[in-house]
Amino acid sequence: MNPMINTTLSAASINMAPLSAEIFLVVASCAILLIDMFLKEGKRDITYVLSLLTLAGCAVITWGDFNAGTTTYTFFNMFVSDPMANLLKLFTYLAVAITLVYSRQYSGDRGMMSGNMGGEIYVLALFTTLGQMIMISGNNMLPIYLGLELMSLSLYALVAMRRDHATSTEAAMKYFILGSLASGFMLYGISMIYGATGSLDITTIAKLTAAGAANHTILVFGLVFVVAGMAFKLGAVPFHMWVPDVYQGSPTGVTLLLGAAPKLASFAMMIRILVEGLLPMAFDWQQMLLALAVLSLAVGNLTAIAQTNIKRMLAYSTIAQLGFVLLGMMAGVTGGKDAGSAANAAPAYSAAMYYTITYVLTTLGSFGLVMMLARSGFEAEEIADFKGLAKRSPWYAVVMTVLMFSLAGVPPMMGFMAKWAVLQAVVATGQYWLAIVAVLFSLIGAYYYLRVVKTIWFDDAVDVSPISTPMDMRVVLSLNGILVVLLGVMPGGLLAACLSAMTQTLGS
Amino acid sequence: MQSTISSYPYLSLSVWLPIIFGVIVLAVGRDSKAGFTRVLSLIGAVVSFLPTIPLFTQFSNTAHGPQFVEKAAWIERFNIQYYLGIDGLSLWFVPLTAFITIIVVISAWQVIEERVAQYMGSFLMLSGLMIGVFVALDGLLFYFFFEATLIPMFIIIGVFGGPNRVYAAFKFFLYTFMGSLLTLIAIIYLYNKSGGSFDILAWHQLPLTMTEQVLVFIAFLMAFAVKVPMFPVHTWLPDAHVEAPTGGSVVLAAIMLKLGGYGFLRFSLPIAPDASHYLAPLIIVLSLIAVIYIGLVAMVQKDMKKLVAYSSIAHMGFVTLGFFIFNEIGVQGGIVQMISHGFVSGAMFLCIGVLYDRMHSREIADYGGVVNRMPKFAAFSVLFAMANCGLPATSGFVGEFMVILGAVQFNFWTGLLAATALILGAAYSLWMVKRVVFGKIGNKHVAELTDLNGREFFMLGVLAILTIYMGLYPAPFTDSLQVSVADLLQHVSVSKLPAMH
Repeated sequence: MNPMINTTLSAASINMAPLSAEIFLVVASCAILLIDMFLKEGKRDITYVLSLLTLAGCAVITWGDFNAGTTTYTFFNMFVSDPMANLLKLFTYLAVAITLVYSRQYSGDRGMMSGNMGGEIYVLALFTTLGQMIMISGNNMLPIYLGLELMSLSLYALVAMRRDHATSTEAAMKYFILGSLASGFMLYGISMIYGATGSLDITTIAKLTAAGAANHTILVFGLVFVVAGMAFKLGAVPFHMWVPDVYQGSPTGVTLLLGAAPKLASFAMMIRILVEGLLPMAFDWQQMLLALAVLSLAVGNLTAIAQTNIKRMLAYSTIAQLGFVLLGMMAGVTGGKDAGSAANAAPAYSAAMYYTITYVLTTLGSFGLVMMLARSGFEAEEIADFKGLAKRSPWYAVVMTVLMFSLAGVPPMMGFMAKWAVLQAVVATGQYWLAIVAVLFSLIGAYYYLRVVKTIWFDDAVDVSPISTPMDMRVVLSLNGILVVLLGVMPGGLLAACLSAMTQTLGS
Repeated sequence: MQSTISSYPYLSLSVWLPIIFGVIVLAVGRDSKAGFTRVLSLIGAVVSFLPTIPLFTQFSNTAHGPQFVEKAAWIERFNIQYYLGIDGLSLWFVPLTAFITIIVVISAWQVIEERVAQYMGSFLMLSGLMIGVFVALDGLLFYFFFEATLIPMFIIIGVFGGPNRVYAAFKFFLYTFMGSLLTLIAIIYLYNKSGGSFDILAWHQLPLTMTEQVLVFIAFLMAFAVKVPMFPVHTWLPDAHVEAPTGGSVVLAAIMLKLGGYGFLRFSLPIAPDASHYLAPLIIVLSLIAVIYIGLVAMVQKDMKKLVAYSSIAHMGFVTLGFFIFNEIGVQGGIVQMISHGFVSGAMFLCIGVLYDRMHSREIADYGGVVNRMPKFAAFSVLFAMANCGLPATSGFVGEFMVILGAVQFNFWTGLLAATALILGAAYSLWMVKRVVFGKIGNKHVAELTDLNGREFFMLGVLAILTIYMGLYPAPFTDSLQVSVADLLQHVSVSKLPAMH
């Protein structure tokens, strides 16, 4: 059901209600930026608490929309608030909030909030959140691109926060140049699609492509660039070169900010553009995703084995995990150009969505542990730095073990259910060889996750200094670990929520 | 199939009590309070054993289908159910697992002094997870437990094992993980094929073509053959056994290997009956290779644990042989052999552990004349070695005799080859006992040995009583099997293929 496109540009006729969360976030971020200016260096915790409260406020607003379960288009069909968007936004807030909790001490110790710097790190984090929210809710190529750029520009700045740090600066340069290249790809692809359909509106593009009214060659041409741009942002092979360097070079808090929540937004972008907009082209983009997925699984898993730096290892592991998300994305429709056989669509895409959420929760915890072990003047970046964690802190050793087994996909962790859901969708399409390839690479993947577990439990501690971590981080990190087990044992609610959100979004 | 709904959730209690106790032990146990941790673990193990008692006292030997059934929706999105139940095939493994866990806790009493809570907690959780494998009647629930058992065992071998423990732990994990991942695809296939059901009993009735059956059978074989382990995918077991601490070896041999054997009965045979018949010659040949070749390999081992590990592979070859000759006495014999092997191999590893705690060596050559210093120990080790080679009046005899009987019915030469196991078993078991226990005192370290203390005497004594009891009076075990085995064979004899016209 599409609302009538309003042609009068009077502000009064625009329904602002669906944007409540975004508006609240903008206002609150600006307020925080101002308040922070007047705060003394020791009072930076006020900025921190205010940022968390802002995210909580957004969550309350979005939670209301999510519970209402309605789909509303506004701003001339450019912006949509639907169950999928709201569910993904809720997890985005959660991921950003957890990141802020984990990185508070870490970033403080590294002078990212002192000297001539204030609490910009928090405001920039909130702006990345805003960008992601717009990406998630964009129903037009333009807002999606604007959201993407807002998110990316904030992240470039965040990566470069440690100006005196050579590797961070290098990472920022790489990220900026390659990110701009990807944005260029995206934009070029979008312009091609605009050329073929005469519209930037997702709904209109879907109608025109389904009717066969658009020039197929130009559409495919545009599609290739759009998919390449997305693959850049996701970090899928062969567009993955920036991922390990940026993950390793960025301050760990920023790594988490760009490694966790943005994947949810990128996922939403794939759903909006590829599924909602270009489903009739599924035959074409599925083949592209197939290559990206298999290559990501292969390169990610095999290269991760050779890493000794845990941030780099987790970066390659991310590449491999996203291969699984892409597998779910390409299991939605079968039967080539006949998009009518879409009975499997909502289950498959919701499996990919569940996988993305699982990945985000697990990644948050793993990088949280990396930050926990770091002290001022010391980065716990090598896998070897985890040696003997079981003796230094048995509880956090258990948490890290849970997270690693979850990434490896061993029950009873959350990662198993996620892998299961995606594999089920793939097998349902009859592509058994693909499922077998996926599990074989998971087996290879299990090796390097096990190696971390081995380092934690089997090796003797080299560094026996006690771990000093603020209470908020301890509590959240513990809850993070418990959640990964709980959602593995009792995944029913979240799985059902993903499915119903996806069904409603695709049905509208 | 009729099923009886239980009034008390005995099965849930059997699964979750040890897991809960394991978590508690991990949470509150400290090395500074090691004594308290041990007592708490023992209480946990004993309390967890209690709900398994009604299972065999109240089990109906004449009822068909699963008993003590518990069923609830678990993950509605995929129609996954929390569906538990036992029949004759799985009945005895539940109390066996809980019982062996008590023995393991006792065996570690004075031996494990560091990270006590982690050791005890891992075993308690492992116990609950393994019971879960035996009682799950939902395909995904089964897989959930089956895979989850890898985590505590990986930690046990890796943390408490010998010098080469890291290698052994990785080999153990990756080998089994590889096998079970392909099984996952088979489970998903069956789920899709059956229109979205994970009910194992419904899968039994699912019609499948020959190609489907063969592929499903092979996918399951990947997991179960590694677990059993069958030749040629057995190589992880000797490494895991040698490096694992005593308790780890006991659980590995007594229970974990049985997960594979049980899997054949629950999945492979009834879901793919035609493929089972078609591929039976392959399994029989592999089983005979395990019995004879691995028996010969066992004979030349210099390390006691390795010897018993190879002996386990040979004995499990007997089990798979019994399953795939498709007669009642063979299948029953296979199951009885699994239960008996649980007692006997566990006891053998405990005996080796007793010696290892005193001498810190497992080399046969480092011993000799132990009987002179440890007469009580010598008596037990002779008994268990006899049981291991199938002496009448011990539990080892019952299973082996039944399988050989079944094999002779099936084919004389198969029976004859299987029977060589008795000779080989006697050769390696008794020769080891001769070299370790009898003769003159080998060296001055042996001369300083002290005999069993009360704790060791107790745990070996209980196992000895059970071994002899089961050897003299196997009826309680075999009676409870009969109906389920007959039903299974009846089911397997009916082809699932569409009738040929």
